[in-house]
Amino acid sequence: MTQVLLIFLPILFALLLPMLHKKISRVHTGWFVLLVPFALVLYYASFVPKIGDGPFTSTFYWVKSLDLSITSHLDGLSLLFSLLITGIGTLVVLYSIFYLDKKKEQLHNFYFYLLMFMTAMLGVVQSDHLISLYLFWELTSISSFLLIAYWYKRDKSRFGALKSMMITVFGGLMMLGGFLLLANAGGTYSIRELIANSSTIAESPYFVWMIVLILLGAFTKSAQFPFYIWLPDAMEAPTPVSAYLHSATMVKAGIYLVARLTPLFAISEYWIWFVVASGIITLFWGSFFAVKQTDLKGILAFSTVSQLGMIMAMLGAAGIALHVDSPQQTIFAFAAYAAIFHLINHATFKGSLFMIAGIVDHETGTRDIRKLGGLMSLMPISFTIAAIGSLSMAGLPPFNGFLSKELFLTSMLSLKEFELFNFSTWGPIIPWVAWIASIFTFVYCLYFAYYTFMGKGKVDKLPKKPHEAPIGMLISPIILATLVVVIFFIPNVIGKYFIKPAVLAIQPQLYNASSDVAIHVQAFHGFTPELKMTIGVVLIGFILFLTLKKWQPLYQLQPDKLSLNNLYDRMMRLADVDSKKISELYMTGAIRHYLMYMFSFIVVIVIATLFWKDGFNFSFENTAKIGLFEIIVVFVLVASTVTVFAARTRLTAIIALGAVGYSVALFFVIFNAPDLALTQLVIETVSVALFLLAFYHLPKLSRHEEAMPFKMRNFLIALGVGIMVTLLALSAQSQKLIPSISQYYKDTVYTEAGGGNIVNVILVDYRGFDTLFEITVLSIAGMAILGMIKLRLSKKEKKSNENE
Amino acid sequence: MKMNNVILKTTVQVSFFIIFLFSIHIFLAGHFAPGGGFVGGLLTASALVLLLLTYDIKTVQKLLPINYMMMTAVGLALALGTASISVFFGDAFFKHYFSHFEIPLLGNTELHTAMLFDSGVYLVVVGVTMIIIQSIGGDE
Amino acid sequence: MEVVMAFVIGFLFMAAVYLILSKSILRIIIGTSLLSHGAHLLILTMGGLDGEAPPVLADGVTNMADPLPQALILTAIVISFGVTAFFLVLAYRAYQELGTDNMDEIRGKLSDD
Repeated sequence: MTQVLLIFLPILFALLLPMLHKKISRVHTGWFVLLVPFALVLYYASFVPKIGDGPFTSTFYWVKSLDLSITSHLDGLSLLFSLLITGIGTLVVLYSIFYLDKKKEQLHNFYFYLLMFMTAMLGVVQSDHLISLYLFWELTSISSFLLIAYWYKRDKSRFGALKSMMITVFGGLMMLGGFLLLANAGGTYSIRELIANSSTIAESPYFVWMIVLILLGAFTKSAQFPFYIWLPDAMEAPTPVSAYLHSATMVKAGIYLVARLTPLFAISEYWIWFVVASGIITLFWGSFFAVKQTDLKGILAFSTVSQLGMIMAMLGAAGIALHVDSPQQTIFAFAAYAAIFHLINHATFKGSLFMIAGIVDHETGTRDIRKLGGLMSLMPISFTIAAIGSLSMAGLPPFNGFLSKELFLTSMLSLKEFELFNFSTWGPIIPWVAWIASIFTFVYCLYFAYYTFMGKGKVDKLPKKPHEAPIGMLISPIILATLVVVIFFIPNVIGKYFIKPAVLAIQPQLYNASSDVAIHVQAFHGFTPELKMTIGVVLIGFILFLTLKKWQPLYQLQPDKLSLNNLYDRMMRLADVDSKKISELYMTGAIRHYLMYMFSFIVVIVIATLFWKDGFNFSFENTAKIGLFEIIVVFVLVASTVTVFAARTRLTAIIALGAVGYSVALFFVIFNAPDLALTQLVIETVSVALFLLAFYHLPKLSRHEEAMPFKMRNFLIALGVGIMVTLLALSAQSQKLIPSISQYYKDTVYTEAGGGNIVNVILVDYRGFDTLFEITVLSIAGMAILGMIKLRLSKKEKKSNENE
Repeated sequence: MKMNNVILKTTVQVSFFIIFLFSIHIFLAGHFAPGGGFVGGLLTASALVLLLLTYDIKTVQKLLPINYMMMTAVGLALALGTASISVFFGDAFFKHYFSHFEIPLLGNTELHTAMLFDSGVYLVVVGVTMIIIQSIGGDE
Repeated sequence: MEVVMAFVIGFLFMAAVYLILSKSILRIIIGTSLLSHGAHLLILTMGGLDGEAPPVLADGVTNMADPLPQALILTAIVISFGVTAFFLVLAYRAYQELGTDNMDEIRGKLSDD
């Protein structure tokens, strides 16, 4: 119970923020916020030693009778993500305290969104129910939207926020469709139960659709090609947000989803191919274009895209293990381990790099790498952290990135060995692509670190005079950079407590317990192909870096028109402008036109339905007989209606209308409805008085010289409605399929309701609700009329309004 | 709106009371014979309209100083209140109660909570109709 | 009789719709009034016109008219009165403020703001 409720701790705490921010404004709000992720990280850390004892489940019943509940399911994978979310969260909040000025910024908003995100993200990784997973998933999109648009006065922030929202929510909706198909096929919404039924689900005819739809959700969220375009624009968010959401946690939700569902879908070759291909392409694309960027955070954004692709590719390769015999002993076992390992490493080095980019921005006033340079001597600590982070990302020892990069190359090489699903044809290409991407990764890492901190100093031209950041701002990146180094030396400790339990969750078919995962990571194990590849990467990468200035302009050859961003912009414009054009075609703003559509449509559907349902089966039996009196009233009614038309003066029209009303009252008399007759008579009298009073002030009954086509069109529609109503009345008269429900009223009116006039008893008793609401409507009409007459602007106010 | 019509004024003095009393009768009889809150209310209102047409608004306001907005509000409250009485007795919303009583002069009479509801309807109908007529008629 | 009434109702609807589609606000109001008359008669006719006595309990009456349509119509009559009054005042005020009862001109003036 505590476990599941703790998911909501951040958002509940967030409710206190406005008060804390207002009452205790001397203290930076971040200090209070810091408590939450810190407490949570301690809580989740307590699970680490005992996670081998199996998943921990805790359910909170929301509406028990409807079986609405929220379940927190902590296994190795969820725990690892929860720790990342709360751990990086703690560091980011700490960093933000120094990054965001407590006087200038709206801190309560910022931290509210951040805490909301924390709850959402914890919900995503701990939910066992597909729908609650989806809801939390969309909540991360929303909080990401709010955080990107945090500086909402900047155009670019709003644009970036909207872009991320459009793309991730599109993916989320697709994913929801996939979830529904999945739950339909599996008969349950619980992910655990679905995994248990995976063999029946695989037989579903919609199996491939589920894969495609769910992967769309994962790929948009995790910024895979070609959906990655939102991530660079999301860099408009404050840097703590970029470090937290857009590199360490939210973008890994897609990774989480793929990892979580691997046991379910990896049976399918489509799954493996989609995930591997998208990962490899994204890896290459991101690293290749990272070198093009000139904004520090832009480089990091593309590198994040590329690294996410890398993890994705490894997860795809992890699925292959299901298709080979005893994979535990072979090269195929590495991919899942490598994916999780790199996920952790990426969070550490990329988090620190983002924080450094933020520090550089904060201290120099610019993030443009063309203006930066030579900061090493001014900001030695920042430089050290940046160097550690970059070299780790480049995959060099003695940093954790080296280890996971080696494992990555291993798992890519494993694809070469795989025979099924056409991998024998395409498999050998993949390690080459990975290798080339690694070279570009190496290049952009050096590019990032060198041109910021070394090279020719243009320090005087910077907007601000740079100096080392305050120590508080440096704490978080220092902790992360320390981890980068520490993990290199103790990879197997990390492996035992964090990675292997997570691998067990990804590949439950292969292992019984996390200790069965027999992978031992070491920095050096002979001159393997992996090591040779790394050496190649370093050599060629270094050459490319040295010649960078010569070939970097080649990027400008790519025409802007062909970019994915341009495609997105055009689609948005299409949706915006063209849909407006289309709706303006018929949304004229004139009620008359809308009424015309409605009347025509009613005519068409009613007559079509009558036709379709064989409603033209008229019978003229069982009708009341026609008397002379009735004929006279009919004649009067028709004549007075015609008079209304022909009337040249208001008075004639009103009196004719009154005559129509009185003849209707006469019909009520003839057809044994005394209550109606009485009411109609009185109403008609009052109405005529009312019309006369109002028309006293109104202009002549003009026809405004309506043109002939206008009249013809109106007449045709009116004729259609008239014919439709006549047909409807005849049809209803001819086919009385059900007896009137009034018999009940007739039987019980005296015994149950104590009355004799059935109509009145229906009004005040049987259908009293109608009457109650009717008099309410009547009162509202009265008040509205009173308001229209009594509340009006004086001449003076009107003048001033017009001038505005 | 001022008319100086002696014949109208003289007849209205009599006919107003006739119409008014008739409307009360119609209203009270509603449960067993044609009539009820709607018709009764409208008839009362039409009697008042007749007064308004004959004399002007100010005179009528002096004669019958009624706040019709208040009347409408009271009517709505009465109707809603009657409908909710049953809730306090553990019955469904809108359940009516009735019983027969021996009342002096009237004899055996049925008393019914629906009557209270209908009074609410009556008040609302009179109130709203008069609000409408007075607003338009009183406007310059 | 029902057959005759069906045609009468159709005629009322036709007239009402034609008036509602015209440009003058007064004709539109008259149109809505006619439309409600048509609708009331339609409901009543659909319930059947063959009742021989009003739906009031009395000794020896067996074939009374259907009370339900009547109750519905009664509600509708009062509501349509309220709506008509509302429209009227709206038209009256619009004319006072804008000096026209032509729907097109009313719209034109408003969109110029």
